[in-house]
Amino acid sequence: MNWFETITMHSPALIVAVPLLAGFLTPLVSRINDTVRNLFVLIMLSITGILIAILGYDVLTNGIRTYVFGGGNTVITLPSGLMFHVRIIFEVDSMNIFMVIITIILAIIGIVYSLSFMKKEDGLDKYYTIVLILVTSTLGMELTGDLFNFFVFLEISCITSCALIAFWVHKGEALEAALKYIVISSIAALFFLFALGLLYAQYNALNMATIANAIQFSIIDQAALILIIAALTMKAGLVPMHMWLPDSYGEAPPSITFILIAATQAGLYGAFRVIFTLYGNVFNSINLAYVNLVITANTIGWVLVALAIITIIIGVFMALIQTDFKRLIGFTAVAEIGYIFLGIGVRLASKYVQYSGSSATAIAFSEYSSIALNGSIFHIINDCLDIGLLFLVAGAIYYATKETSLDKMGGLARNMKYTTVFFIIGLLAVSGMPPFNGFASKLMLYESTYQLNPIITIIAVLASILLLAVFVKVFYSAFMGPEQQKFKEVKEVPKGMLIAMGAVVVIIIIFGLFPNLVINNIVQPAADALTNYTTYISKVIPGVI
Amino acid sequence: MFSFESILETLKTGSGFWDPLIWVIIAALAFLLIYVLRSFGKKEFKEKTEQTQSFLSGNPEYEKEQMRIKGSNVYWGFIETMKWAFNILRKIHTGNASDYVLWLIIVMGFLFIVVFITGAL
Repeated sequence: MNWFETITMHSPALIVAVPLLAGFLTPLVSRINDTVRNLFVLIMLSITGILIAILGYDVLTNGIRTYVFGGGNTVITLPSGLMFHVRIIFEVDSMNIFMVIITIILAIIGIVYSLSFMKKEDGLDKYYTIVLILVTSTLGMELTGDLFNFFVFLEISCITSCALIAFWVHKGEALEAALKYIVISSIAALFFLFALGLLYAQYNALNMATIANAIQFSIIDQAALILIIAALTMKAGLVPMHMWLPDSYGEAPPSITFILIAATQAGLYGAFRVIFTLYGNVFNSINLAYVNLVITANTIGWVLVALAIITIIIGVFMALIQTDFKRLIGFTAVAEIGYIFLGIGVRLASKYVQYSGSSATAIAFSEYSSIALNGSIFHIINDCLDIGLLFLVAGAIYYATKETSLDKMGGLARNMKYTTVFFIIGLLAVSGMPPFNGFASKLMLYESTYQLNPIITIIAVLASILLLAVFVKVFYSAFMGPEQQKFKEVKEVPKGMLIAMGAVVVIIIIFGLFPNLVINNIVQPAADALTNYTTYISKVIPGVI
Repeated sequence: MFSFESILETLKTGSGFWDPLIWVIIAALAFLLIYVLRSFGKKEFKEKTEQTQSFLSGNPEYEKEQMRIKGSNVYWGFIETMKWAFNILRKIHTGNASDYVLWLIIVMGFLFIVVFITGAL
């Protein structure tokens, strides 16, 4: 085995280990000087990115990878012949790869932006340490195949996010937002832990594939599902559990908000994994043995569709009346989460049973359901990029003017030309305007939802138009209008921040102009990984399925 | 495995399709058409003369800095008309962490009812 094969083999562990180790080394490296520390953080995240690329190539070429922590006999074989792993296991399929790619892109760009944006702040050794640990926890959540391990990473993510939201501790609002975040997150995490207890009591296992293989959808399983889904949708920001999100996103430093988006999406990934893999027998299976569960899948699907539409409407309406730029983007981020859940809901609601006379002959999903799922997954990355870019622009304006209130801004396009162009691209992309990336994913969601129910699509399209109106308001009040006396000396932000925003814009344009490049290479494999849940199970428990 | 072959493929959306490159070409042609039409415009138009001044019905003209519409004034009419809805939304968003937890419990309770009923069917 050469060095490259060794690195490829251990890449799942290294992806988590490198940023974790770097996080703990950062305070020491800071002792040398700030430039060395900044370079160190950037290099460590780049190494993590390279490891993700290596693992991604391997998974997309050779299929699912499992990585068992620890040596020796890691597989137990029961008298019945059932074998299962007793150690922590990372199981990486295309969906995991899709998520870690998003996380590392956001983390690297966020750090590049931070180098200029946070330059004048104190306590940056702690800042970068916590950022690296937040990235570690997010990557961990997205790679693990163990529910308890997921919970541990979820807790680390909550604590580090809280610390970073409160980074501007001199601002009372930041402290308040962080407190609310930790209260809500901890309670949700406790519900998640309680659900794990229920599943462990039932199946004597915490490995996702093992539980997914054994799941019966008994009353205990149902209770566990509800607790997990409620906790993870709260973490993702679904209405009416979204209220922490504008508070936190609005008060954290924008460079942090950019990375926090990845942590939020990790909660969303958890919801995807639980619905489509852990409870795959209920929601994903086309086995006639589970015919009585189709109605449950449909009902949960419609509930998610309803919550998604409410999320979109409330997100957009609340954004419309905001005068604080960052808080406004926070509410639009909530609306975008609604679009993602809309796709999941449509997928579940489109499951149906074929009958011949009175007997069921087959279970199937409507043709449009795969478009809905693809659109939903594609929208995850688009949401991260578009909303993330807008937060970076908000940060640039704050950096230049020390203002976040739209009532106090105006005429900034004169002095911040690049930032203005970046904002225009961000607003068009997030509103789903062609030819940007948001359009392609929203089109897939609209067309699939239309076949389920046209009225839902009409509401979603109208909300998207309102979203455009929201950002036209921002554009008009912040960038247009006569030059303000107090902003006469305002200059364009430093190059580091422009490079970070420019990088996001380039990705948005590439994804917008060549949507099939993304869909065929990472979105479709991710959707296939979710729908073919039995492959995920069989990689851990060979021979069982 | 990553492939670049699909770079110019048209995105099929079930009942429709989306090809951004065609859209870009059409948009470029539309802009070209606009430019051509614009070139037929009045030649006597002169920039930075009184021709470009806005007519304010004889009202005194404010200082340029004062002629700014604040963010909270944009869509004033729409927001006034929909005030009842926005008031409800504002009331829901209390900013109180206890209420946030309450919403989590309410959703959980609702899901319990839905899943237990459909699971029992």
